[in-house]
Amino acid sequence: MLSVKDLHAEIDGKEILRGVNLEVKPGEVHAIMGPNGSGKSTLSMVLAGNPAYTVTSGEVTFRGKSLLEMTPDVRSHEGLFLGFQYPVEIPGVSMVNFMRAAVNAKRKYFGEPPMGATDFLKLMREKRAIVELDNKLASRSVNEGFSGGEKKRNEIFQMAVLEPKLAILDETDSGLDVDALRIVAEGVNKLRTPENSAIVITHYQRLLDYIKPDVIHVLYKGRIVYTGGPELALEIEEKGYDWIKSEVDGKDAIKGEA
Amino acid sequence: MGALDQYISLWQEHGDLLVSKSPDALNRLRADAASSLIEQGLPSQKDENYKFTDLEKILSPDYGINIGRVKIDVNPSDTFRCDVPQLSTSLFLVVNDSFAETVGCRDLLPEGVDVVSLASYARSNPEFIEKFYGSLADISNPVVALDTLLCQDGVVIRVRKGVKVESTIQLVNIFQNVAPLLAARRILIVMEEDSEAKVLVCDHTQTSDVAFCSLQVVEVFAAKGSKLDFYDLEESTQNTSRLSSLWLRQEEGSEVLLDSMTLYNGTTRNEFFTRFAGRHAKLRMLGMGIEDEQRRLDTYSRIAHEVSECNTDELFKYVVDDDAMGAFAGLIYVAEGASKTEAYQSNRNLVGSEKAVMHSKPQLEIYNDDVKCSHGTAIGQLDEKQLFYMMTRGISEDQARLMLKQAFMSDVIDGISLPPLRDRLKLMVERRFAGEKTACSSCPVGCNS
Repeated sequence: MLSVKDLHAEIDGKEILRGVNLEVKPGEVHAIMGPNGSGKSTLSMVLAGNPAYTVTSGEVTFRGKSLLEMTPDVRSHEGLFLGFQYPVEIPGVSMVNFMRAAVNAKRKYFGEPPMGATDFLKLMREKRAIVELDNKLASRSVNEGFSGGEKKRNEIFQMAVLEPKLAILDETDSGLDVDALRIVAEGVNKLRTPENSAIVITHYQRLLDYIKPDVIHVLYKGRIVYTGGPELALEIEEKGYDWIKSEVDGKDAIKGEA
Repeated sequence: MGALDQYISLWQEHGDLLVSKSPDALNRLRADAASSLIEQGLPSQKDENYKFTDLEKILSPDYGINIGRVKIDVNPSDTFRCDVPQLSTSLFLVVNDSFAETVGCRDLLPEGVDVVSLASYARSNPEFIEKFYGSLADISNPVVALDTLLCQDGVVIRVRKGVKVESTIQLVNIFQNVAPLLAARRILIVMEEDSEAKVLVCDHTQTSDVAFCSLQVVEVFAAKGSKLDFYDLEESTQNTSRLSSLWLRQEEGSEVLLDSMTLYNGTTRNEFFTRFAGRHAKLRMLGMGIEDEQRRLDTYSRIAHEVSECNTDELFKYVVDDDAMGAFAGLIYVAEGASKTEAYQSNRNLVGSEKAVMHSKPQLEIYNDDVKCSHGTAIGQLDEKQLFYMMTRGISEDQARLMLKQAFMSDVIDGISLPPLRDRLKLMVERRFAGEKTACSSCPVGCNS
C-alpha cells in the first residue's frame, strides 16, 4: 500500500523529517505516536503533498506509484486521504458545492461523467449518517461556524464520501469529548475493509481503544525510533515517552562520541 | 487644453445642429457645461481624485458623436426579454445613446410609472425635466460637464407617489457601431414619496474590435419613504472606456441600494456622489470588480451625511489579476449636525499576480461625536491553507482557485435583494472567473455574441 523510504523533509529551511521509514500493507492500521514536535503532523502533510514542505530526499511509493511526484489532488484521486488536525474554514464555499466539486473531480479523473443531482444527494445522506452529521451543516460554508466536534466529524464524513485506500488521520481525537470521540472512531471503523489501510496519528492511547491498530510506531526527532504491537500504546500511556527518548538520545550520544 | 479641444470645437462649430436636434430642457445647460470645461480643463492625474484614471487619454481618440441623430441600425428583435428564470423584467434598450422600446416592455408595469426616452419626455414634460435634470449632478465635475454638453437622449424613470413596481425595470445599454463612437447618455430616476422600484442597468458592447467611449450621468432622487434598488452591471470590452457619474439624494426614510458590478470592461471610472437630505434614510452600496488582462477599474465614492440618524453600509470587492489595475477611493463625510450617523465602509481585494495592482483609499471625515463609523481595507492573496485543503479532497488547483474567488465575492452577491437576480449573478460571476468569453450568454439581447 504505502512504502516510505528514508524520507527527509524540511519547512522554512528547518529539517523536520530526518529519515522516516514506514511500510503499510493493505488492511493494516498503523498508529503513529510520539511527543510534541517529533514530526507527526509534518509526516502527514508531506504525504498529502502540502507545498509548504520540501522533501529533500527519500522516496514514497503508494500503490505502486511514486507519490511525491503527484499533486495533492491526484494523490486524493489515487486513494490517499488526510483527515486534518485543524480542518480549514472556507467562508463562501458551501459544503454541498465543496463535496460536489470533490466527487466530480474524482469521477473526471477516472473518465466518468459528473454525478447526477439525485445520486449525489443520496450519497451525501448515506455518508452523513455514518458520523451522525447534521443535515443543516450541508448548506453552511465549509467548516465555518462548526464546533470542534463537528469539524472532526466532517473530516470523517468527507473520508466516507471519497472512499480512500489509505486514510491518514492526524490527531482526529484532539479536542473531542468522549461522545464525539466514539462517533468519530465508530465512523472510521465502519469504513474499514480488508483492503483499506489507515495511519492514525495520535498523542494518546484513548483513540486506540476504539480504533485498534495492528502496528504502533513512535516518531521522535523526525525518525521512527520504535515499532511494536498494540501493547506499545499501553506502555506509553503508563510510562510516557521518556524511556524511549533517553534510549534514543543515549544511542545518539554514543554515536556522537564514536 | 488637449483632449477636450475636439469637444469644445464641436460645440463651437456644430452647436447649432446639436441644439436643433435636442429639446430645450436639455439645451439650456449646455453653455454652462461648455464654460465649465473651458475654464477648468480636464483634471490631470496629479489631481488626487483622478490619480488612477487618465481622462486625457480616455477622451483623446477621435470618436464619432452622433449629434445629427442619424439612426444607427440595430435589430431590436421581438424576443428581447431577459430569460433570467423567474425574473420578469420590463426591458428597455438604449442603443448607443438612443432610447428604444421592446415588445411588451410595459406589460408588467403598473399605472403611475414612466419609463421613457429622456428626449421625448423633455418635450412632453419640460417643467419636470427642468426641475430635475442637472439639479443634482454638479456641472463642475468634468464627466458631468462633458455629458451635459453632449447629451441628447437617455432614460427617465419616474415612479409616482405610492406606486410599487414589482417587476424589475431593466435597461440594456448597447454599443454597436462600425467606427469609434462616443455616447453621452443620461439616466434620470425620480422616486416619488413611498414608491418602490428595482432597476437593473446592463452596459454592453456589441462590437468588440471598435473603440467606444461611454459617458453616463445618473441622477437619482429618492423622495420620502421611497425604496430603490439600482444595479449597474458592466459587461463591455477591452476597447471600451466608461466614465460614469452617479448622483443620489435621499429624503427622509428612503432606502436605496446601489450595486455596481464590473464583470468585463476596458477602462472604467465609476463615481458615486450621495447625500442624505432627510433623517432615517438608509444607503447600502455594494460593488464588485473583476479585473484581468489589461483592464482598469477606478471607483470613487463620496457619501455625505448631512442630517442625523442616517445609515450607510458600503462594501466594495475587487479581484485583480494579470496586468490589471484596480482603484477604490471612498469618502464618508459626516457633517456637524449629523448625530447618530451609522456609516461603515469596507474595501477588500484579492490580487492574483505579480503585475496586478490595487490601490485603496478608504476615508472618513467626521465632524460629530455621536456617531458609529468604521472603515477598512484589505489587499491580499488567496489563502494557501484553503487551497491545499481543497486539493487534498481532489479538487484541482485551478478549480479551487476559481471556487475561492467566487466565494470571495459571495457577500457582495448575497446583498442582492431579488433571489432570481442573485442566482443569476452568481452564475455570471462563476462564468466570469471560469474565463468564459461572455458571462451573460443567455441574455437574449445577445450582446458580445
